[in-house]
Amino acid sequence: MDSSRGQSVADIALQERALIAPAAGRRAKVLDRLRLGDAAFRQLTRAAAIGVLVLLSAVIISLIRGSIPALKTFGFGFLFSERWNPVTEIFGALPAVYGTVITSFIAMLFAVPIGLMIAFFLTELCPQWLRRPIGIAIELLAGIPSIIYGIWGLFVFAPFLQETLQPFLIDTLGNVPFIGPVFGGPPYGIGMLTAGLILAIMVLPFITSISRDVFEAVPPVLKEAAYGIGCTKWEVTRNVVLPYARVGVIGGIMLALGRALGETMAVTFVIGNAHRISASLLAPGTTISATIANEFTEAVGDLYTSALIALGLILFVITFIVLAIARYLLLRIERRIG
Amino acid sequence: MAGQMAEQFLQSRYRRRQRRNTLATTLALAATALGLGWLVLILGALLWQGFSGLSLAVFTEMTPPPGSAGGLLNPIVGSLMLTALAIVIGTPIGILAGTYMAEYGRYDVLTTVVRFINDILLSAPSIVVGLFIYEIMVAPMGHFSGFAGGVALAVLVIPVVVRTTEDMLTLVPNALREAATSIGLPRSLAITRICYRAARAGMVTGVLLAVARISGETAPLLFTSLNNQFWSTNLNAPISSLPVVIFQFALSPYKDWQALAWTGALIITMAVLALSITARALVATGKQS
Repeated sequence: MDSSRGQSVADIALQERALIAPAAGRRAKVLDRLRLGDAAFRQLTRAAAIGVLVLLSAVIISLIRGSIPALKTFGFGFLFSERWNPVTEIFGALPAVYGTVITSFIAMLFAVPIGLMIAFFLTELCPQWLRRPIGIAIELLAGIPSIIYGIWGLFVFAPFLQETLQPFLIDTLGNVPFIGPVFGGPPYGIGMLTAGLILAIMVLPFITSISRDVFEAVPPVLKEAAYGIGCTKWEVTRNVVLPYARVGVIGGIMLALGRALGETMAVTFVIGNAHRISASLLAPGTTISATIANEFTEAVGDLYTSALIALGLILFVITFIVLAIARYLLLRIERRIG
Repeated sequence: MAGQMAEQFLQSRYRRRQRRNTLATTLALAATALGLGWLVLILGALLWQGFSGLSLAVFTEMTPPPGSAGGLLNPIVGSLMLTALAIVIGTPIGILAGTYMAEYGRYDVLTTVVRFINDILLSAPSIVVGLFIYEIMVAPMGHFSGFAGGVALAVLVIPVVVRTTEDMLTLVPNALREAATSIGLPRSLAITRICYRAARAGMVTGVLLAVARISGETAPLLFTSLNNQFWSTNLNAPISSLPVVIFQFALSPYKDWQALAWTGALIITMAVLALSITARALVATGKQS
């Protein structure tokens, strides 16, 4: 290594002493120390970066290890069994998986169009000075902890639905052939539909903010060209902006889906925690995360605990795949925007 | 004749496009109003339900048994301790990892992989983190503890800090690094003395966002730090925390407990909103300077 590179700092380090004794040996010592510190710091940061990978692997390994007893007992049937009986120690994941998928589906059904429309409003319609405040307000929705949504859902939103939307759905759609059973049964207030709607509010900000960012990244030339041939604002967004930003929008939607699938507290409050698959969306059900949150501390026996951890493993695998796809898509659009 | 028909056709087509545009615009406005309205509804309900219960007693008294008056002192202190522990553990790891990604290995394969995995951890279900810490800490130790809760929260802190640290260090102009190197500063000192200083506002923002993220987290605490009805600052024993108390009290059949849950919810929300607004302000001033 070129020793002159470290010269001035080594001199500063020596400063006063250098005046008294400009001993070459002492200088070399200081340089060595700096070099050593440098290498140590580099390795330390590297170790921390690798630590992030270790963390993820540790999560996966510990979940797999914890779920072995349950998987050994029930095999692949665990995924497809509808029974969940802690007393006889027979466990199946199907009701929880079903609830997780259905509530997330309801959430996306509402959050995607609303989120995209807000992004349309923020990029094309909103006056410039209002964009930032409204954007921040929508993002604040994402900052509210999920337990707040839970308590609000249980005490405010569920009773409201019980008195308004649910009786309406039962009266109108409940008697229609084929789709009737989907809206059948008494209005409990809590249930799959309520949980799905709360999830929709919670993931809305993710869809909005990512869509807004990718909408804004569309080259102005493209939009100006479309406006130039007389397109309306909606046509520009629908036929120019949206196709161009497609990959990013889908990435944002997947990210929101990942959130919805794993969301725990808000759902636990309003899902009703019933281990069965009902045709009706108004009926109580359960999700993977709600089951774990409700039952883990009370689980007695290794098999019960292990079955809950196996549920956690299923949840982790599903969200991992969804989030990986989301990140891959967002990475692609990031590269294109450069 | 033919010209007239074509004219008519174009007219109706034009009107249809106009109508469609008006419809879409109206829907967009309605969607935005809905989103904002929801924020107002939730905050309104919180203030309405929680504000009446807000009193000095909330901050000075312990959680009561059902049917008697009390406060939220032990869960508030417990939450503060758990948050502090999580930040103390998570921040250094996060900053170091972010430093490697932005400084030493900006174009490494390792950095690309870590960034990908980190982004996934950022949105991973927090209840799974609770299960993980239960497996590696609570089960071997044989009891629930504040330590386990703090470590569980730290696992959520790390990805947030990694992300912001990397982003902020990447924004530091290379001229600063070159200047530092030209006076012979070793790389490690250039990073800690120059780059960290330049990126300070952004890095602090990351920590604030991490605090905001974990202060309302309930799922990872349910079976790590559990809960404690009594005054305890022992991190080696179960410890009370605001989110878990809210969960327990809100789902109880007792009116006083439910009222306290609302008050706790109000406290957490205000804290989180204050943190995220401060973080935003910091970023805004950081960008200007």
